Amino acid sequence: MLAVHAVRELRDFVLDVTLSVRSGETLVLIGENGSGKSTVLNLISGILTPDHGEIVLGDRTLFSDEKKIGIPPESRKIGHLFQSYALFPHMTVAENIAFGLRCRKVPRPEIAFSVTNQLRAMNLVDLADVNAGRLSGGQRQRVALARALVLEPDLLLLDEPLAAVDMRAQTAMRSELRGRIKDAGIPCIVVTHNLRDALELGDRLCLIEEGKVVAEGAPGEVLAMRENGFIASFAG
Amino acid sequence: MKVSTPATLVAVTLMIIAGLLVAGCTTTEETPGETTLTVFTAASLTGAFTDIGKAYEAQNENVKVDFVFDGSQTLRTQIEQGANADIFVSASTKHMKALQGGGFMENSTVAPFLGNSLALIVPVDNPAGITGLADLNKPGVKIVIGTKDVPFGDYTRQMFEKMAADPAYGPAYKDAVMKNVVSEETAVSSVVPKLALGEADAAIVYKSDVSKDDLTKVTRLDIPAEYNVVATYPLGILAESPGKTEAESFIAFVRGPDGSAILTEYGFDPIAA
Amino acid sequence: MVLSLLTAVLLALFLLFITLPVVSLFLRISPEAFLSSLTEPVVLDALSLSFVTATVSTVIVVLFGTPLALVNARHDYRGRELVDTLTDLPIVLPPAVAGLALLMAFGRRGVIGQYLDIFGIHIGFTTIAVILAQVFVASPFYIRQARASFETVDRLYEDAARTLGASRMTVALRITIPLAWGGLVSGAILSFARALGEFGATIMFAGNFQGRTQTMPLAIYTTMQGDMNAAISLSIILVVISFAVISAVKIVTRRKY
Repeated sequence: MLAVHAVRELRDFVLDVTLSVRSGETLVLIGENGSGKSTVLNLISGILTPDHGEIVLGDRTLFSDEKKIGIPPESRKIGHLFQSYALFPHMTVAENIAFGLRCRKVPRPEIAFSVTNQLRAMNLVDLADVNAGRLSGGQRQRVALARALVLEPDLLLLDEPLAAVDMRAQTAMRSELRGRIKDAGIPCIVVTHNLRDALELGDRLCLIEEGKVVAEGAPGEVLAMRENGFIASFAG
Repeated sequence: MKVSTPATLVAVTLMIIAGLLVAGCTTTEETPGETTLTVFTAASLTGAFTDIGKAYEAQNENVKVDFVFDGSQTLRTQIEQGANADIFVSASTKHMKALQGGGFMENSTVAPFLGNSLALIVPVDNPAGITGLADLNKPGVKIVIGTKDVPFGDYTRQMFEKMAADPAYGPAYKDAVMKNVVSEETAVSSVVPKLALGEADAAIVYKSDVSKDDLTKVTRLDIPAEYNVVATYPLGILAESPGKTEAESFIAFVRGPDGSAILTEYGFDPIAA
Repeated sequence: MVLSLLTAVLLALFLLFITLPVVSLFLRISPEAFLSSLTEPVVLDALSLSFVTATVSTVIVVLFGTPLALVNARHDYRGRELVDTLTDLPIVLPPAVAGLALLMAFGRRGVIGQYLDIFGIHIGFTTIAVILAQVFVASPFYIRQARASFETVDRLYEDAARTLGASRMTVALRITIPLAWGGLVSGAILSFARALGEFGATIMFAGNFQGRTQTMPLAIYTTMQGDMNAAISLSIILVVISFAVISAVKIVTRRKY
């Protein structure tokens, strides 16, 4: 269970959101470019710090200005996938996946074991020693997901997870991704511009406009709000 | 504009070159009757010859004296490489002889005109308590001398050799002194500041190198005549000099009463013509 | 057509202007004389002293300069501009000013030197003085390059590394520095070359003593007064090193991930 209340003054508006996501549930954030969706993910993973608010994940308080708590990003146990995947270009696929485990000082044999398992699960075995800079969009997406999941995070944040994936591969990748999220059994937040992502990945939909949650509910419910300009164009 | 950029660039470059050429022409253009004497002068004579030049120009309105002050070796190299000069004033006979041998000098004009002896200098507050040559071998004294290739460094070594040969000091003295040398300078001009700043405790330089201003910062201690090495400064006119008559008259002035007075003031011992 | 011809002529003239003096150095000495001066103690001492001091000063510059460059590339704080200006200062300062400034600070009666003197520590006329002078004049070459390379590293990689469990230190060591590596190496090479060529501040602050403070440029200046062959040989070695340095920097900076 993730509960977020975060306020932060951005350049054009004040972001002020309250959200909660249950374990095994996927919340999809939609909204215009620059509405603050990615910022919400950055505030949760700790890359940005809220001015006010509280972020609680399970029984851990990750941030609270009142209690003066601010867990640094490296200790939050959150898997955060960036839009461009941010694979480390100076490392191979296997090294990318092993990175988090090495930071946690996991013994080498265990790292090797976990990385091999993850490579197998993600169909990446053949690419293990390939430099991360040489992969296609779909391959990079799988490596980024593997790199996050190998750490067994308590929360998954996905920013436009399929945007860099080839159109033809998107359908297959989407159902694969859906399977992974369900298997992990943890709360998950997905930011997307894609209607099919929203419909197939989301248990709940949340519309953000200028840093505020303006609509929230089951995908069908939210997408039925045709009087909203964004929804009208989003749902086609 | 985009198309004409290379053209503009070339045009600007050409204009700059043309401008430089014009500027070059105008600066070399002289008022009628005025001659310029170029005097290559050993750096140790900077103060004295600057004054002599001013005095000479004051008496000869149609002559302009340009000095190039540098180490004698550097000046010699420049002359050997074809530098244009009228007179060469060297701090050592060695470099003058080399130029004479190479046919660069008007040999009949070359003559020694100046003597310069060595002096021991210490900072005014004299932290190491140096009272004379006998204190230079004390452990920990920081001494600055010239490199073996510059005249004042060469003469300093000759002086220590003389002392080593004297049983009153002996070879051990010389070795101990050389061990105390912390820096070998190529120019006297960089020695005095090192003492004035307290970096070094003692130095051996030409007596004439210590200017009146310097005497507020350093104290000059005389070196006994039996050990001192007196340098003779020769001067002469270059074979290629375009203004030999003017050059002769300048040399006569240097060696005459006015020149000698200035040189004595700077601590040199003029040699009578 | 005429224009391109003119440009070619100008270019050729300029190249000639740079090349001719350098080539002249090689023409002024026979290969035998060059090889025999390489065995002169004054040349050997200068070579080894120069390499030792330039290496030590480059290591010092890298150790102190890397964190500084990283902080200035990544964090905005009050006074950052001032810190940048100060670290750049030695590039534009004449070496004579640097030498005098070092004397005023570390000389026997200097601001710091007078206290060191109490403990019997004298920096002037020692190899340490040579290294201090080199660090002073060479540091901006590394720090500027390092900062610029750090700025080209996408912050996204650092953010991703943080969410994967890397501390700030780990991010610097495993992500930022490796990604900026080419720039850091070329900066260090440039800094090394500058240290190797340092003359003015050294002769003022460290003096000139064979084997202790007489680096290659000082030895060139000194031997020029006597043994011209030694001076030319040392100059040739410096020309060759400089050429190698520039080529090395070009190769290193061309390498891309």
